[in-house]
Amino acid sequence: MFSYYLRLALLSIKRNPILSSLMVAAIALGIGASMTTITVNYLMSADPIPHKSDELFYVQVDSWDPNDPYDEPNEPPDQLTWTDANNLMNARKATRQVAMASSGAVIEPHGQDSKPFNAGIRLTFADFFPMFDVPFLYGSGWSESQDLAREQIVVLSRETNERVFGGENSVGRSIRIGGNQFTVVGVLNHWQPVPKFYDVTTGAFNETEDLFMPFLLKEELELPNGGNTNCWKSPEGDSFKAFLQSECVNYQMWVELPTERDKQDYLAFLNSYADDQKALGRFPRPLNNRLSNVMQWMEIQEVVADDARIMLWLSFMFLLVCLLNTIGLLLSKFSGKAAEIGLRRAVGASKGDLFMQHLVETACIGIAGGIAGLGLAMLGLLGIGSLYGDFAENLTSLDLTMVAVALLLALVSSIAAGLYPTWRACNIAPASQLKSQ
Amino acid sequence: MLKMNNVTKVFRTDLVETHALRDFNLHVQEGDFVAVTGPSGSGKTTFLNIAGLLETFNGGQYHLDGLDVSNLSDKERSRIRNEKIGFIFQGFNLIPDLNLFDNVDVPLRYRGFRSAERKRRIEQSLEMVGLASRMKHLPSQLSGGQQQRVAIARALAGEPRFLLADEPTGNLDSKMAHSVMDLLKDINARGTTIVMVTHDPLLAKQARRNIFVRDGKVSELHEVSAFAEDETAASKVANSKQ
Ligand SMILES: Nc1ncnc2c1ncn2[C@@H]1O[C@H](COP(=O)(O)OP(=O)(O)O)[C@@H](O)[C@H]1O
Ligand SMILES: [Mg+2]
Repeated sequence: MFSYYLRLALLSIKRNPILSSLMVAAIALGIGASMTTITVNYLMSADPIPHKSDELFYVQVDSWDPNDPYDEPNEPPDQLTWTDANNLMNARKATRQVAMASSGAVIEPHGQDSKPFNAGIRLTFADFFPMFDVPFLYGSGWSESQDLAREQIVVLSRETNERVFGGENSVGRSIRIGGNQFTVVGVLNHWQPVPKFYDVTTGAFNETEDLFMPFLLKEELELPNGGNTNCWKSPEGDSFKAFLQSECVNYQMWVELPTERDKQDYLAFLNSYADDQKALGRFPRPLNNRLSNVMQWMEIQEVVADDARIMLWLSFMFLLVCLLNTIGLLLSKFSGKAAEIGLRRAVGASKGDLFMQHLVETACIGIAGGIAGLGLAMLGLLGIGSLYGDFAENLTSLDLTMVAVALLLALVSSIAAGLYPTWRACNIAPASQLKSQ
Repeated sequence: MLKMNNVTKVFRTDLVETHALRDFNLHVQEGDFVAVTGPSGSGKTTFLNIAGLLETFNGGQYHLDGLDVSNLSDKERSRIRNEKIGFIFQGFNLIPDLNLFDNVDVPLRYRGFRSAERKRRIEQSLEMVGLASRMKHLPSQLSGGQQQRVAIARALAGEPRFLLADEPTGNLDSKMAHSVMDLLKDINARGTTIVMVTHDPLLAKQARRNIFVRDGKVSELHEVSAFAEDETAASKVANSKQ
């Protein structure tokens, strides 16, 4: 019977091409708008490292101004001072730990015809690569001893390697960065976590960096500050060293703590560290140290922007309006079928039979609307991508889940829109429609 | 097999109450061919719709094949319409974008026959009305008389015991009307009970029995001469089917 209903549905859709296309268009517009915003929200709130996001913790210690919290009501700073980052790294109290900073420098490629270009740098520690499951195309990261020895080594992003070495295996080759000679130890495969969870302080959806190098080179080579720098007290002097020794925060830190027990121990360690610092005259505020796992940290950092949420609700309203339109169109379409419905009733179709027939018809329209809506959503995402540039580029792709969600949403909403018109159609009194034509 | 006792039907709208049938009494025997005549608005169509379970009634009893139909569910009424009753309407009521084959197929779909069985019945009934060669045509490609033949084929395909026809020739010229009438007589001769509403006294005379309806009541019942020579045919068929 289903295939019969399907055939009738297609015939009926063909019979009123304009009415049918209006319905498909109404559903497509609603689905297009809501899928665009759903996708943005979905990608914004995605878990970027699902299998271990519960074991990775962002570290906050409250080193801030005694008179004023870093953020109301009583939030500790979202980054660390150079002093604290190094002390916590040296303590080695977690299974893995990385302190990080962002910086930048000019790369001078070898070839005559390649121009120097600016590269974003992530300064980090050896644990970064295994901790965040960073994929390698060639070579690997570096070791703890290379960190401590402040070796001038570098891991390139795939794109940088393509730009500088034409995509060849460049492990062991040297590269000039910011006037210093570095040796390549590894090349990443394409890597773009969404959100870029390991450092959201400069934007949660930025591109990953072009270069990765040992953190301590910051001090060694006096690499410039990147990202946000916040100070509650100005450095004592203008020198680079004075800045590093100041109470300015510019560094991020993550620790890997596989069990709840590990987490408790680490928090206890942070508290005793803070007490030690108090004894040294730092940390004037009450104890306020925090460990947040990946998703908690995304929440605290408000990775899903409020306006994205508002857009989501607006687009649902829009979908609702489109569905109300569809209800009107279906009502007029089905009332045009009254004679056929009366006839079918007369020759033995029950209300249930007719209900199914028209439900199949609405579902067909819904699916067509869903497919067209997916096309519109892709256009919408492209639009957002080009409007907001880099920031949105990583947020504007449809995956299979989203395609399934779109079709399901279209199906469910078209059937919901079809319920009342279908119910009305089935309750047409058979006798009333059979007089003369 | 069709037995109405004191059936009443009232249509109520906000302004008026119309008593379409008042104490309507009629018994139709198996194998009979009853022509119903009467002035316009006298309740003929209402009677036929109630007889065909297309409409409910307000009072009295109606037994179809011995079954009291007053308290059946929509599903049960639909099943009886589908299996026991064939309808023919003045306006043919073919579905314009289905070809003849698919139009005749409509009642069979709700019967749940397999496709081979449906095909056999469709071909057979289109054959009977002389349109087997035009199965793939759309209704609009046929004349009025041919369209009504398709409607008859549709009514016959389910092999109903009853054929209910509401002015089946009302939209046809007299030549076509007579050929449709011949077809109905033929069908009746094969044992199908027919109740036909008509305006045309000449056609009515060709039925076995005439009833005259006035003001929602049966006011005359009489046998008709055309079938006088085999007056007992109706009861014979009835006996043979039991
Ligand atoms: N659906 C309806 N609503 C209200 N009144 C109706 C309806 N159908 C028929 N009637 C009225 O019932 C009476 C009988 O109608 P009908 O059975 O169609 O007569 P006939 O077929 O003999 O011309 C008429 O007065 C008609 O106006
Ligand atoms: Mg009438």
